[in-house]
Amino acid sequence: MTNLFDAYANVAGPEVVTHLRQLARPLAGMKVVHVNSTRVGGGVAEILEKLVPLMQELGIDTAWEVIEGNEQFYQCTKGMHNGLQGQHVHIPDDLLAVYEETNRQNFQNLQHPLEEADFVFIHDPQPAPLLSHCANRRGKWVWRCHIDASHPYRPIWKYLRQFVNSYDASIFSLAEFAQSLPHPQYIIPPSIDPLSDKNIELSEQEMNSVFSNFELDPDRPLLVQVSRFDRFKDPIGVIQAYKLVKKYVPAVQLVLAGGSATDDPEGEQVLQEVHENAAGDADIHVLLLPPDAHRTINALQRVSDIVLQKSIKEGFGLTVTEAMWKGKPVIGGNTGGICLQVINYNTGFRVNTPEGAALRIRYLLHHTEKLKEIGNRARAFVRENFLLTRHLREYLTLLNSLYFGCTDRIELN
Amino acid sequence: MNGPEIKNTMSPPNVFEVKDCALIAIATGRRAINLKEMQDTLSAISLDSVYYHFWGGLLQPRFEEREFNNDFAAWAWYGLHDAPLAERLAVVDPTGSAGLEDLRQELLGIIEERLDEKDSLYYVLATARFEFIRSQIVIFDSQKRAETPEKLAEFLPTLSTGSIFYHFIDARRRLDQHRDDFSYWLSSYSERYQDLCRQLSAIDPYFGSLFHIKDQLINVFSSYLTKE
Repeated sequence: MTNLFDAYANVAGPEVVTHLRQLARPLAGMKVVHVNSTRVGGGVAEILEKLVPLMQELGIDTAWEVIEGNEQFYQCTKGMHNGLQGQHVHIPDDLLAVYEETNRQNFQNLQHPLEEADFVFIHDPQPAPLLSHCANRRGKWVWRCHIDASHPYRPIWKYLRQFVNSYDASIFSLAEFAQSLPHPQYIIPPSIDPLSDKNIELSEQEMNSVFSNFELDPDRPLLVQVSRFDRFKDPIGVIQAYKLVKKYVPAVQLVLAGGSATDDPEGEQVLQEVHENAAGDADIHVLLLPPDAHRTINALQRVSDIVLQKSIKEGFGLTVTEAMWKGKPVIGGNTGGICLQVINYNTGFRVNTPEGAALRIRYLLHHTEKLKEIGNRARAFVRENFLLTRHLREYLTLLNSLYFGCTDRIELN
Repeated sequence: MNGPEIKNTMSPPNVFEVKDCALIAIATGRRAINLKEMQDTLSAISLDSVYYHFWGGLLQPRFEEREFNNDFAAWAWYGLHDAPLAERLAVVDPTGSAGLEDLRQELLGIIEERLDEKDSLYYVLATARFEFIRSQIVIFDSQKRAETPEKLAEFLPTLSTGSIFYHFIDARRRLDQHRDDFSYWLSSYSERYQDLCRQLSAIDPYFGSLFHIKDQLINVFSSYLTKE
C-alpha cells in the first residue's frame, strides 16, 4: 500500500482501501480523462485535485484537462449555471456562438487524449459540447452535472440537452436533479477530502491565528458562512438572520468568507451588495479570500460555533460537509444536497427563511450541550458517507458498470 | 439485481469464498407527487427499485438512525405528511415476504386501504416527490477463503460492509428460504452448527447499519465458537 492510500486508510479504515483496489483491478491500464473549466476555485476543481491522483495510484491512467475561454464564454456558462438552477435567464445568440466556438477550439487542443480515452468525464455544462466534435471517440463519455438541476429553466436545458443526449451516461448528485435523458443517470453525491488543506486537522496555534488576523473575539459566539458571493448562497439572508439573533445575543459575531472562482463573473456585484448590507456593524466580517486560502477556511470553520449554509439553491453543498467533518452543527437552506446531509436535531437544522435560521441559531447558542452533541454526530455521519473514498468507490463501480455492460448485476472474475 | 428473483439452489461449497460488492444508484426517471401516483408507479416499477428502497440505504449515503426503515414509509411521513400510512408502511418487513413481488403487493395493499379510508389522498400533493431509484451491483472476489467456521470468524472483523451486504443481505435474494450465505455454508456441516445457524437467523438485518450487523455477526460467531 502506498503512502497516499496509507493516509486514507488511517481515516476511512484499511478495508475501505482494499475494497477500492479490488474494484479498480479490472480497470487497470485504462485511460480516463476528466474535463472541466477551472483548475482552482469551486467544488469541482477541489474534488478532481485528489480524485485524479488516487485513480492514478490505483493503476488507472487518469488525466485532468481544463478548457479555456474568454470573458464572454464564462458569462455564457454562468448564465447556463443559473438557468440550470432555475433562474429565468436569457442568453443571447452571440454568447451561445462563443460557447460553441470555444468548445470547438478546445477540442482541437484536446483531440488526441479525448479520442484515445476509454472513459471521458465531462464536468458541468462548460465543456459539454466537446463530445459533438469527437467523431472518432473510442471510449464511453459521461456527463457529470454538479448543479442542482431539479427545476431548470426549460429553454436553457433544452439547449444543453442537445449536447448531453449523446453521452453514454450522466451523473447527478441527487435523484431529484435527474432529467429526462436517453441514457442511464447515475446518482453519486460528491465528497470531501479529509487530507486536503481545507479539511486536515490543524494545530491550536494555527486555528487561533484567525482570531487575530481577522479581528475576531475568541470569547464570543461566532457564526461562519463559507461560500462564493453568489445570490443562490443567500449571503444577504445570512446577514438578516444574524441581525435577528443580535437582538437577543448581542455578543454574536458573523464571518462571511467567500472565495471567487475564475468562471464566476457575477461575484463582484454580489460582494458589493453584501458590503452594503453589512455596513455599520463591526461584528460582521466580510472576507474575500484567495482561491488557495484553504487552511484559513479550515481554521475559520474549526473556530466557529455554528456554520451556516443558507443557500436558496445548492448542488450538494460541500461546505456543509466540510463543516460537519469538523464537528460543527450546520444550519442550512432546505434545498438540494443540504437535505441529504443536514438532519434536523441530528446534524443541524434545515431552514427556509432568515427568521428560521435566526431561531435555530438562538436555540443552539442556548443549548451548548446539544450543539456539541449535534456536531459530533455530524462528523460521524460524514466519516461514513461523504469522504472521498466513498466517492471514488462509486466512480469505480460506475466504470465497471459501463465497461462490463449495464446489466443490473455484474460479477467480476 | 435483475427483476426476477435470483435463486441459487446448488449445494454449499466446502470453502467459504468471501465476495465483496459495491452498489450504485440509478435514477429511473419515475416519480410520484401524490399517493395515487405512488400506487400507479409502484405497481409498474421494476422489482429492483422495490429492493433498492428497502435495502439500498445500507450501502448508500444516508443517515443511519432513520426514523423509518424503508423509503416508502419515510415519504409517507415527510412528503405526504400522512402518519397512519407512514406507520403501516414502516412495519412492513422485507425479510418476512416470500419475494419482492409479494413485498410490492403488500405495499400496494396498504396504499389501497389508505386511499379507501381517506379520499383526499387521491389528490393531495406531497411536499416532496418520491424518486424511484434502482441500483446496479458489482460483485467481486475478495480472494479471502475460509476453510473452517473458525477461520471465517477470524476474517469477520476485516470484512468490508460490501461483503457483509453481499453475504448477509443480498444472499436472501439468491438462496431459498431467505437464508444468508453464512448459514447456507454452515449447513454443509450437517447438524453440527445448527445452533449457530439459528443464532444467525435471529439477527434482524432490517434495523441498524451494516457496521451494526457486522458487530452482531462477530459476536455470534465468537461466542458460539468459544463455547464449542
